[in-house]
Amino acid sequence: MEKLEILEGRKKQVFEKNKASATFDIKCETTSLSGSVSQRACVFCGSRVVLYPVADALHVVHGPIGCAAYTWDIRGAVSSGPELHRLSFSTDLKEMDVIYGGEKKLYQSLIELIDQYMPKAAFIYSTCIIGLIGDDIDAVCKKVSAEKGIPVLPVHSEGFKGTKKDGYKAACNALMKIVGTGSSEGIGKYSINILGEFNLAGEAWIIKDYYEQMGIEVVSTMTGDGRVDDIRRSHGASLNIVQCSGSMIKLAKMMEEKYGIPYLRVSYFGIEDMSKALYDVASHFSDDPSILQAAKKVVSREVGELYPQLLEFRKALDGKKAAIYVGGAFKAFSLIKALDSLGMDVVLAGSQTGNKDDYEGLKEMCDEGTIIVDDSNPVELSKFILEKEADLLIGGVKERPIAYKLGVSFCDHNHERKIPLAGFIGMYNFAKEVYESVMSPVWQFAPRKGGYS
Amino acid sequence: MKTAKTATQNACKLCNPLGACLAFKGIEKCVPFLHGSQGCATYIRRYLISHFKEPVDIASSNFNEDTAVFGGSHNLKLGLRNITKQYKPEIIGIATTCLSETIGDDVEMILREYDSEADPAVSRPVMIHASTPSYQGTHIDGFHAATRATVAQLAEGGTKRNLLTLFPNMVSPADLRYLKEILESFSIPFVLLPDYSETLDGGPWGEYHRIPKGGTPQHAIRKSGTAAASIEFTSVLTGEKSPAGYLEEKFDIPSYRLCLPIGIKQSDAFFNLLEKLSETPLPHRYEDERRRLVDAYVDGHKYVFGKKAIVYGEEDLVIAITAFLREIGISPVLCASGGKSGILKKRLAEMVPDIDDLGIKVREGVDFVDIENEAKNLEPDLLIGNSKGFTLSRKNNIPIVRIGFPIHDRFGGQRLHHLGYRGTQELFDRIVNTVIEYRQNSSPIGYTYM
Repeated sequence: MEKLEILEGRKKQVFEKNKASATFDIKCETTSLSGSVSQRACVFCGSRVVLYPVADALHVVHGPIGCAAYTWDIRGAVSSGPELHRLSFSTDLKEMDVIYGGEKKLYQSLIELIDQYMPKAAFIYSTCIIGLIGDDIDAVCKKVSAEKGIPVLPVHSEGFKGTKKDGYKAACNALMKIVGTGSSEGIGKYSINILGEFNLAGEAWIIKDYYEQMGIEVVSTMTGDGRVDDIRRSHGASLNIVQCSGSMIKLAKMMEEKYGIPYLRVSYFGIEDMSKALYDVASHFSDDPSILQAAKKVVSREVGELYPQLLEFRKALDGKKAAIYVGGAFKAFSLIKALDSLGMDVVLAGSQTGNKDDYEGLKEMCDEGTIIVDDSNPVELSKFILEKEADLLIGGVKERPIAYKLGVSFCDHNHERKIPLAGFIGMYNFAKEVYESVMSPVWQFAPRKGGYS
Repeated sequence: MKTAKTATQNACKLCNPLGACLAFKGIEKCVPFLHGSQGCATYIRRYLISHFKEPVDIASSNFNEDTAVFGGSHNLKLGLRNITKQYKPEIIGIATTCLSETIGDDVEMILREYDSEADPAVSRPVMIHASTPSYQGTHIDGFHAATRATVAQLAEGGTKRNLLTLFPNMVSPADLRYLKEILESFSIPFVLLPDYSETLDGGPWGEYHRIPKGGTPQHAIRKSGTAAASIEFTSVLTGEKSPAGYLEEKFDIPSYRLCLPIGIKQSDAFFNLLEKLSETPLPHRYEDERRRLVDAYVDGHKYVFGKKAIVYGEEDLVIAITAFLREIGISPVLCASGGKSGILKKRLAEMVPDIDDLGIKVREGVDFVDIENEAKNLEPDLLIGNSKGFTLSRKNNIPIVRIGFPIHDRFGGQRLHHLGYRGTQELFDRIVNTVIEYRQNSSPIGYTYM
């Protein structure tokens, strides 16, 4: 096989854990290298994924058609009621709009769309071109908001102004403008908001149900199955639980500062982290011991049911090797633990947007010889997958064909998934999906297993 | 309820650079490169991957704030150096997004600078630049712009030879393979551009192929300037924007513009032209295909007669499908496209002279909400178009026959066949079966013979 050279500008973003490389100084949180075929998207993408599941708000993309077309119904974020989020709205700017400005078109679009769909709020995403032509979207939003009597929130998500993470921040800034605008009356002491949970395949409902069984009131989920009115009163909750910390930790911090609401970072993937997410909340409300008791009951019941099933999968998967390349590094931590509980070894752990602490943590968790990589690309990923003889890749839509082409099984852990992977039931689904892909007989025909290429 | 008209809701089109990337994927040893934000490359990759189920590596010059202020020259050059090092392409297909177009980057000038700064001892890939701002046109314009730019960059003149260039338009890998088979069986040397039949529908790999094998070879494209003729499947593209138009203008190569060959009459037109150009009679197997197709039309005619269909998608596809539907007795009640050539109605009327008597509605520049509003009055029996019509199909309980691009909700979209007698046969079978399935499922009797 041809030897691959890592591009000069990327060498510091790749690290192999072994005794010789004691110093760990991975470069991260930087813009992608030009010409490297990054798997990342842009600022707009960051904002769009965070706000997308707010189901009773209008999401209008201000710019030429592409950005709206590619994000139409893109996430598996489901709603128990309104489904405005599954429609795609664009100001569809044309050349003349670019020359003369798109403010009038934006204004007219918003007035008409609000009249047609009667949303509870509207998010207006600015795309690359808006950052150049200088439309004052704040002013348009203010005007429309005054006329229509709903929050109309600018989301400053011009694609080139940073990375996906900056898009998360812009989304949090927009949400923060609604938080606290409703009445918190009637919210009890044992209450939480769930942040960074997007209700993919109904995951938020699974988690919410666990907390409710513990006697905890869930004021809002942000943004899974999200409702504007819930977000408005979310400042009345006693605690914020932040899952997928990359995307919404900023909102938790802002709410802590403004409303004094503490927050906890959790993950809902795998038995260990899921259980911890329930126990941590119980410990926070330690003045009511019945909450901890209820948490123990939930965990023991769920784990009792799940564990024997996992053992069956483990028999088949024990000793198999996995590669992980996901959006946020926090998810990688959970996946390493979840794979460990299936007897699988992680040979590659990477993310699009991890920070130094994340990668430090990954390094601590991983075995000798594991590759840790930031903002990787298909050439690097395929090289490491083959060199480390991975049996499985965990990633998203863009990573899937890399695995399949090379004859490697795959588990989709990204936002398009249709099967819940969070919660205890999610761990079962995860194990099942991994098992079904790894154990499929189709790989016998793959070149790496001796088939023809 | 009043429908909002200013905004585009559930677009029936994609943006310009997507089409350019797809066309560049059909050139041998070529890497598509988007000069703009990282997100454009990633979204377009994701969108294409979901249809083709193949890796689609697209490089990006990854604009940041400084790039937007000071120009994209530095990033473009760095990106070209990096992609050359990493992918070793022979061609880099550069498409400029709305961002680089709006700041006014002069790509040709930057490429000249890049050349002068490069080490003359090291050979550098051929650079092709297509201007594809997403505030102009749709994805199909990007597709044609990239194809034309490729020809303009590479085609060389010279003594005419026994060679035919075919510009197939944005068709499926299965269609491209069939076209190659046809041209081979006429024993006529040909250039098919672009050809992503293998790069976007290939076999398994032992190692990662940075650039999948396949695609139209560079040396073949160079020869297109000496071809005896070129054919392009388009009804709405005008000469000044089309690749065949370029070859005609520059090298005086006669160009034949045909409707996409869907249906018997349009396929006949294509095969007749091939007979004429190659001076070879129609090979038996296509005669047989045609006979089977006529037979199938007869066997299936009662299932489909008088059924009302809404057809949507790229204008050229809509025109071809409409002509085909008139052969089998289906009434295309609405012909709709997100594209806006201004001549959709005119071209349709040439194919379907009684278009007004039949009450066929034609609408350009529509989105899926417009189509849905029309559907409420037109009460169609069928939707025929890409899988983005599913939302409308489900909500209004109208069965959908999936064709074209994208097919995101069914397996094997890249292998759907539409062209020629054989493609029409497959399409006809699917249309008839969609009608039968709907009828069978909505009957309380549970018929086992239909």
